[in-house]
Amino acid sequence: MLITILYGILRLALWLLLAPLLPGIVNKVKAWVAGRRGPPVLQLYYDLARLWRKGVVLSTLASPGFLAGPAVGWVAIVGAALLLPLGPAGSVLGFRGDVLLLIYLLALARFCTVWAALETGSAFEGMGSVREVSYAVLTEAAILAAVLSLCVHNRGLALAEILAPSAGAGATLLAAGLFTVLLAENCRVPFDDPNTHLELTMIHEAMILDHSGPPLAAILHGASVKLLLFSVLLVQAVLPIGAFAPLAGIGVLVGGVLVTTVGVGLVESLLARFAFKQVPFLLTLAFLLCLFALLVAWKGGAA
Amino acid sequence: MNAADNLAPIANATSIPWAEVPEWPVADLVRVVADALTRNGRLCSWFGVAEPTAGPALSHAEGPALSGVEGEGAIRLVAVVAFDAENTLAVGRSLPFSEEKYPALTLLNHQAHLFEREVWEQFGVEPEGHPWLKPVRRTAGNAPANGEFFRVDGGEIHEVAVGPVHAGVIEPGHFRFQCAGEEVIHLEIALGYQHRGIERALAGGPHRATMAQMETASGDTTIGHATAYATVLESLAGTEAPLRAQWLRAIALELERLACHTGDLGALAGDVAFLPTSSACGKIRGDFLNLSALLCGNRFGRGLVRPGGCRHDLEPERAKTMLARLETHLADAEQAATWLWDAASVRARFENVGCVYPQQAAAIGMVGPAARASGLVRDVRYDHPAGWHRFAQAPVAVWSGGDVLARARVRWLEIQRSGQFLREQIATPPEGGIRDELAPAAPDSLAVALVEGWRGEVCHVALTDAAGRFRRYKITDPSFHNWTGLALALRNQAISDFPINNKSFNLSYCGFDL
Repeated sequence: MLITILYGILRLALWLLLAPLLPGIVNKVKAWVAGRRGPPVLQLYYDLARLWRKGVVLSTLASPGFLAGPAVGWVAIVGAALLLPLGPAGSVLGFRGDVLLLIYLLALARFCTVWAALETGSAFEGMGSVREVSYAVLTEAAILAAVLSLCVHNRGLALAEILAPSAGAGATLLAAGLFTVLLAENCRVPFDDPNTHLELTMIHEAMILDHSGPPLAAILHGASVKLLLFSVLLVQAVLPIGAFAPLAGIGVLVGGVLVTTVGVGLVESLLARFAFKQVPFLLTLAFLLCLFALLVAWKGGAA
Repeated sequence: MNAADNLAPIANATSIPWAEVPEWPVADLVRVVADALTRNGRLCSWFGVAEPTAGPALSHAEGPALSGVEGEGAIRLVAVVAFDAENTLAVGRSLPFSEEKYPALTLLNHQAHLFEREVWEQFGVEPEGHPWLKPVRRTAGNAPANGEFFRVDGGEIHEVAVGPVHAGVIEPGHFRFQCAGEEVIHLEIALGYQHRGIERALAGGPHRATMAQMETASGDTTIGHATAYATVLESLAGTEAPLRAQWLRAIALELERLACHTGDLGALAGDVAFLPTSSACGKIRGDFLNLSALLCGNRFGRGLVRPGGCRHDLEPERAKTMLARLETHLADAEQAATWLWDAASVRARFENVGCVYPQQAAAIGMVGPAARASGLVRDVRYDHPAGWHRFAQAPVAVWSGGDVLARARVRWLEIQRSGQFLREQIATPPEGGIRDELAPAAPDSLAVALVEGWRGEVCHVALTDAAGRFRRYKITDPSFHNWTGLALALRNQAISDFPINNKSFNLSYCGFDL
């Protein structure tokens, strides 16, 4: 029992400590392509430490929801991350149907961010919330289709069951669909520009304009955990990690996450972001890719 | 049209005795100018001049504020109209009047709308029938008196206020959007946050600080404004700068254009998150600025242009260095621009976004690259050549479409053509000195100088008093003509496309605010 709890804490620490590495790698890749030296890979850690020491500026208009939003959102994302199995290491909190909880936790995190954003009554944050929620309608459909295809293909409802074996014939479709969803859900180019200072063009950044200090640190850290979560999910959904020896499986998982991260950096380096009216088309494409993966899993003669 | 209705013709960079400027009662001046504007005229400037009050004249020490720039007494209105196709300018003035109203020129021609608001703000003279009479840059307390903004009614309309404090390190200005969802129905731009009182400070001048003030009227157009100011003083002195100084000014002007256009192409790429061009252009802009530094020791060209000539020469040795470095930087710029034009994702963002139609651009009197991107062929270097541009010209860069892509394309065409111009001109310098002693300015004269800065037409008009000091000095930055174009470009566009539209114009706030 104690061992299980200790193991769980260890897994939690792993998620929390490793996550901020990913945005650092993305930025390094971008800097490398542009011929710059770029910020240190550990920059986000420094930023989080700095924000944690800072005070909070609170609007007199905002209710406690302004602070509760980031807190609940952070817990929801970290909870979702703990549900995910890690290749041969399996999951800590897995149970039958945990895949639904994962999806709902991600939705809860989004709800909390939007809630906190609307607390300020600012026009920018209102616009950011509208955009976030509109695009979420499409990305969530894509995630649902992807999860369904995995459930159908591997005949299970627990993440550990559906992620360990291969995704079968639909793997390529799923890879393309889930990578697009990863970019959209994590506010990366071509959907959003994490580096922009232009409030009118922001989605996610616009929603957190009025946050400062530790709540902002929680939001930024939560965002990095979310990026890691989606990378891990993508790699496990696509690669048959269960087919490898335990150590090799961990190696493949880590390698896969790194490749995904570098891929995000390369997309960001070489592509301009889309106009907002084009975004739904791309997201619909991602949904269709996942839907076809579902069809392949369903009709394509599952195991 | 009888001869008495003609404005007095005048060439760019020349002066005319004040007494020879034809005068009409104000209502007739409005009619005459409106007529001129319908004959393909373009309103370069329209401003008020306070009449000296009867009795003991105010000395400059007592109040420069009252000597011609602002006031309550009788005023005259002065119009400067450009006939681009005929390569001439024309000036006219009204008889002094002290009524509080006159029939608005704006009703007959929209080009005058901001000018008339400015006159109303400075002299309290109301252009009767002006549809949107509110302050231009007057301050009330610590901020400009913005007045009421235009509002769109409707349950689904929401208002977005941006600025004056922006997220980037840029100048302050306030933008008020009326939106239906993501779509902009109307944009109103309120400026004045950088009003420093340059025109007021010039009354009774030139003063010791005047040259520095001119170079910073709009800091990124240092050469443009400094050249216009020097040209005004030279034409008032009845002379012109030595040929070699004119050559130096032309080179500096194109270097300024190269740096700003390159920087803006990079900024446009940055706004759509296209990193390759964005990163490269930031560096190449610096390279071009360093060429200005090679010429005069300052990256923005400060301290080069002076009335009577230039302060720094370009010796053959440095000219050779400059040519060699120019070739490298132009090749770099070519590469960065190729990335931009070749990226489908970028074209998708620029095409059919923020269109200003040729009729609109002409109606509001737009100038510079923004006007040329709407297919209007107007370029002071070509239409009203003065200085070195009488001997050497670059082809006018025109593109059709009026969208962000067209404005970006015109910038790129101008980079190429300015580059070619520099290659040819640096290699063939004229002989001679670079600076002459300037004779005193002619008394009671009006001088006009137009210069094609990188944003468009920089217009300086000076009126001297009996002692040859400035009685009135009017600066019209190209931004003054073009801000309205940005507002029009945003009609029915996505609000998220505002930044790329704004960047494609990249207008000056301080040049407008003065």
